[in-house]
Amino acid sequence: MSATPRAEAPARAPVTRRLLGRQPIGALFAAPYVLFWLALFAWPMGLAVVISFRDYFFAAPGAQVERPFVGLDNYAQALSDPVVHRAALNVAIFILINVPLTVVLALVLAAALNTALPLRTMFRSAYYVPYVTASVAMVGVWLWLFSSGGLVNSLAGGLAPDPSWLVNSFWAMPIIALFATWKQLGFYVLLYLAALQNIPETLYEAAKVDGAGVVRRFRAVTVPGVRSATTLVVILATIVGANFFTEPYLLTGGGGPNQASISPVLLMYQEGIQQGEAGYAAAIGVVLAVFVMGVSLVYRRFVEEGEPA
Amino acid sequence: MSATSVNRSDPSGETVGGTAATTPNAPSATREGSRLRRVAGFLALLAGAIVFLFPFYYMIVGAMQREPDPTVSGAFPDPSNLTLANLEAINGRVDLLGSLLNSAIFTGGVILLTLVLGLLAGYSLARLEFRGRALVFGGMLLTLILPFQLLLIPLYVMIVRTYGLADTYLGMIVPFAVNATAVFIFRQFFRSLPAELFDAARIDGASELQILMRVAIPMSKPAILTAVLVSFIGPWNEFLWPFLITKEAAMQPLAVSLANYITTVAASAANPFGAILAGATVLAIPAVVIFLAFQRYFLQTDIGASLKG
Repeated sequence: MSATPRAEAPARAPVTRRLLGRQPIGALFAAPYVLFWLALFAWPMGLAVVISFRDYFFAAPGAQVERPFVGLDNYAQALSDPVVHRAALNVAIFILINVPLTVVLALVLAAALNTALPLRTMFRSAYYVPYVTASVAMVGVWLWLFSSGGLVNSLAGGLAPDPSWLVNSFWAMPIIALFATWKQLGFYVLLYLAALQNIPETLYEAAKVDGAGVVRRFRAVTVPGVRSATTLVVILATIVGANFFTEPYLLTGGGGPNQASISPVLLMYQEGIQQGEAGYAAAIGVVLAVFVMGVSLVYRRFVEEGEPA
Repeated sequence: MSATSVNRSDPSGETVGGTAATTPNAPSATREGSRLRRVAGFLALLAGAIVFLFPFYYMIVGAMQREPDPTVSGAFPDPSNLTLANLEAINGRVDLLGSLLNSAIFTGGVILLTLVLGLLAGYSLARLEFRGRALVFGGMLLTLILPFQLLLIPLYVMIVRTYGLADTYLGMIVPFAVNATAVFIFRQFFRSLPAELFDAARIDGASELQILMRVAIPMSKPAILTAVLVSFIGPWNEFLWPFLITKEAAMQPLAVSLANYITTVAASAANPFGAILAGATVLAIPAVVIFLAFQRYFLQTDIGASLKG
């Protein structure tokens, strides 16, 4: 690879440099990561698509079994399955509750943290604590808070829904969305705080001189200033919304009541691993991944067009 | 919109009417407004902190109550009524120490692998010029964009069915090796070091491996600590993956064994919430303590910016 026969010694260095770069050893340094990337990211990604086109079932390691190619059957089945529709609806419910709540609350708290207030470093840490704590542990507390004889119901009194929150087909999904919002908010507060700190103070001064009030300054300076952070929030919240599993598995007892809080990943677990319909579950995964990437691309484009060059 | 009319919509608006009426001139109105805004901001932060921290407090209270008391007064129990019996109860059903050890091995393995791969790849991406560098970088970006659920079924097929790595630490650990965040942290850090440092070492005849080991790594303690902390939280709290691949209770990390307790055993226990919350507290404490001890590494607001490259 290195030596072209015609090249003389002095000319050779630039050729290899052009071929391999100035420090080809860099490829060797990156190699371990690249190998893991190939084996545990690229390969399974391809495998997901292959599996999704087959009637794929599990066999003992090493056993040769036939897994017939079924074309788009798994996709057709997924797109017409009412449980898949319910899971898609739940992703939509999750996003519709989670995104506006996250954007508003995180922005308000970040704006408050960005002013010189007492104890603000302490507050900043407090918001981050749920984010670094295991979902399983936090679900335990929410199970108790929202159980039929729990604190929330004893506070709500006659307003408590019947059946109780987590076993109520209307309330199960909103509670899951609320849980996820609460748990993740600290991360988004930090994201907005960083964005707010990047807005030059002079912009606010100039707006003030021009006679802009607080609300006007917020809309004309703050909102555009945190626009890229908002895009990131929307994209990340969409990814979280498409990915949630622990909450319906534990908080609402396996996507209950009656699949009302089923999530796509929980469905993939039930169909693919519990029922052994790996091909079907892989097809749901591919559809979901295409959806998430589509949403990310659309938002990104949307923001790049809106941004001044 | 004038400053006074904005003040009226302030959440703490009780006193605003009075000041607005007596201050038609702009300067003092703004000053009053900003003080009210500071009070409102502080109250918002305080309310946020209570909402964020109450579930933690309630988890610990619930974990130590003899009888679950979901009333409001139950949230502020008499200290003499507190007990460690729930800890014994959960320890009777779940091997707490064994599970903690599994969590530690799983987490430690991920951290070790992440550091080795991340330092090598981060250094090569930041400081070495080689063919394919842009490709490696692009591939890494792809892992951030592509959602994990696409890989769920194929990773399960590969690790459990093809390689028979169910109920092994290796099977738990390896999917987490493709961790782009650590590579980014190191790449960003090595890029921030002066180029002369590396050039001087090269002129002195040091090999790239020597430069990495003797120049770059000794200087990157803060980056290493950040990477360790960031890669600690993920696997310590992870539920879905270890849940999928461990069937043997003796191999399960604490998040998985606690979740299994919640879904199966809790129904037959005398004080299920007490035992669940005791387990949740044990699971939560290591992550929260590490977060509180190293807050500034978690809260560096430039991590988000560093991801943009």
